[in-house]
Amino acid sequence: MAEEAAYLHFRDDSPHEEPAVTLDSFLADQSNATAVRVEPGDEARALIPHLDRLALIEVSFPSFRDGRGYSTARILREAGYRGELRAEGDVLVDQIPLMRRCGFDSFAPAAPIDAAVLQRSLARYPQPYQKAADGAVPVWKLRHG
Amino acid sequence: MYRYDEYDQSIVDARVDEFRDQVRRRLAGEITEDQFKPLRLMNGLYLQLHAYMLRVAVPYGTLDSRQMRMLAHVARTYDRGYGHFTTRQNIQYNWIRLDQAPDILAELATVEMHAIQTSGNCIRNISSDQYAGAAADEVADPRPWAELIRQWSTFHPEFTYLPRKFKIAVIAAEEDRAAMRLHDIGIRLTRRDGVLGATVFVGGGMGRTPMIAHEIRDFVTADDLMSYLEACLRVYNRYGRRDNIYKARIKILLHEIGPDEYRRQVEEEFAKVKALGIDPPAAELARITAMFAPPAFDPAAAGDVADRSDPDFAVWLDQNVRAHRQPGYAIVNISLKPVGGIPGDASADQIDVMADLAQRYGFDELRVTHAQNIVLPHVRIADLKAVWSALVDAGLAEANLDLISDIIACPGLDYCSLANARSIPLAQKIGERFADPARQRDLGELKLKISGCINACGHHHAGHIGILGVDRKGTENFQLLLGGSGAEDVSLGRITGPGFDEDGVVDAIERVTDKYLEVRETGERFVDTYRRVGMTPFKEAIYG
Ligand code: SF4
Repeated sequence: MAEEAAYLHFRDDSPHEEPAVTLDSFLADQSNATAVRVEPGDEARALIPHLDRLALIEVSFPSFRDGRGYSTARILREAGYRGELRAEGDVLVDQIPLMRRCGFDSFAPAAPIDAAVLQRSLARYPQPYQKAADGAVPVWKLRHG
Repeated sequence: MYRYDEYDQSIVDARVDEFRDQVRRRLAGEITEDQFKPLRLMNGLYLQLHAYMLRVAVPYGTLDSRQMRMLAHVARTYDRGYGHFTTRQNIQYNWIRLDQAPDILAELATVEMHAIQTSGNCIRNISSDQYAGAAADEVADPRPWAELIRQWSTFHPEFTYLPRKFKIAVIAAEEDRAAMRLHDIGIRLTRRDGVLGATVFVGGGMGRTPMIAHEIRDFVTADDLMSYLEACLRVYNRYGRRDNIYKARIKILLHEIGPDEYRRQVEEEFAKVKALGIDPPAAELARITAMFAPPAFDPAAAGDVADRSDPDFAVWLDQNVRAHRQPGYAIVNISLKPVGGIPGDASADQIDVMADLAQRYGFDELRVTHAQNIVLPHVRIADLKAVWSALVDAGLAEANLDLISDIIACPGLDYCSLANARSIPLAQKIGERFADPARQRDLGELKLKISGCINACGHHHAGHIGILGVDRKGTENFQLLLGGSGAEDVSLGRITGPGFDEDGVVDAIERVTDKYLEVRETGERFVDTYRRVGMTPFKEAIYG
């Protein structure tokens, strides 16, 4: 049996433990919550005025095929969110490198992730073609400075 | 031609390693077929009726002789000695073993080739004009822009799980040889006040609900293009439908919210994205453009004339050879549509012959066309006869470009697990019915396109004559469409009426072409006559 990755947290602080409230409840009557859960169809930009008060935004992936959460992550990072951004649900090992590039720094996959496979995939690509949310230097920048 | 540097090469090599690992995990049972499927699809590997099918990318349809020979080598070593060139300017192999797929990718990587994003719900291989760099009517070579987009879209972290596949075409001429407006995004380069920029069309596509792309932005410069495309894709990724696979393409989003609302959302997103600094500097486009510099044409070729004394050669010259912008040179179209053959198929030996000809006579360049033919874009007129003779020997000299037997056909029920009907035998029957070359030439330009099911891989909506295979109570049935076009006069074909069996549809086509000969006016192509007289006379001729 392959070793499961026990730790899917890419931040210096420890994972935020407070249960996340739904975006609707947060906006309606629980604006003092520090953790919010965003579903694929939710309008993530509604959180923008509140980002500095949030410690965790959990983006849900009900199916690995539904890629809306990738845009959610980028929008939140582009708006300046610095807290924990967690991908939760049907998250597969091969998707984690892309999710890291979109700004996710925490993962709660429904099914176990093989630590060795994950390590290999995260180390595999030497550099990306495009600039994204992770600070990796794109090829065009390496070419032209 | 574009050449990889160490960065491009390392990315493609990493992909080979990644796919090898994914296949290993699948074969070891560590991942389910359901989990493996999107991974293999992102690498162009489909599970078909009889075997795996591998689709190899030919970015914007351009390749050199070394790459072409590698395609022959793969056909010989890992398939049954054939390759199938597709309407997306790629090549497919139909008899691939899963355990060998990583080795194929490793071999391809040695010649700067790959199968990245040739399927899956991501941005697919960028297509372009097969006459790029040779056509007199282009404002610039579109391929440097296509290469820029290729790099931006390769493993794009945000757009790898889109609602549906996403196809982009880039052209740079008024004449549209790439069906640009039937793509999810179509780009036409244009010059404004001396500055090169792009007009962006969004929301075209074929499939079950064919639509023609809307012009969404009249002018974007290269400096803004990636931000603009990122905005276009982000709006789609967030709001494209995911509840129904048949409504998931971007054309449906545009149809539902309207082009104006889509444009508004894109502009809003673009304003935000532009601030992120994701656009490569002008030096990057310049670096790529330098690699597409024109070859060293010989000015002394300007006076060349072809010796037309051999009548067969003269026919081929008139039908398959097109004017080049450089005096003394010509564009050679190699038809992969011999009568009775499989449209787009070439044997390993034929692929090698084409590679040899490109190397010897064509500045080492070849193109794959969306009509499933091959082009040698730069051949000296004085060499045409030698090229033709070699093509004759290889069974590649069919003089039928754009004629009724130059059929586009999808693989259909012979290979494809989604098919309702067999496209290939039908294409062969039509080819045989109209085998007489003089009769074909008399009919003139007539683009016939066949799809084995509603997914429209054979572009039937865009055929002057289109054929769609449907399933009627468990038997194969064919619907006939007239009046489509994928060119600059883009239009969608209309169904004539009740469908036919295989022989019936061949008869119906003959009645349609007979009617055309009867009513055409001087200089009219079939599609022109159809547009002038409408469906009724043809309907009467068919169903009488
Ligand atoms: S049109 Fe249908 S039958 Fe033909 S290749 Fe596409 S999916 Fe298969």
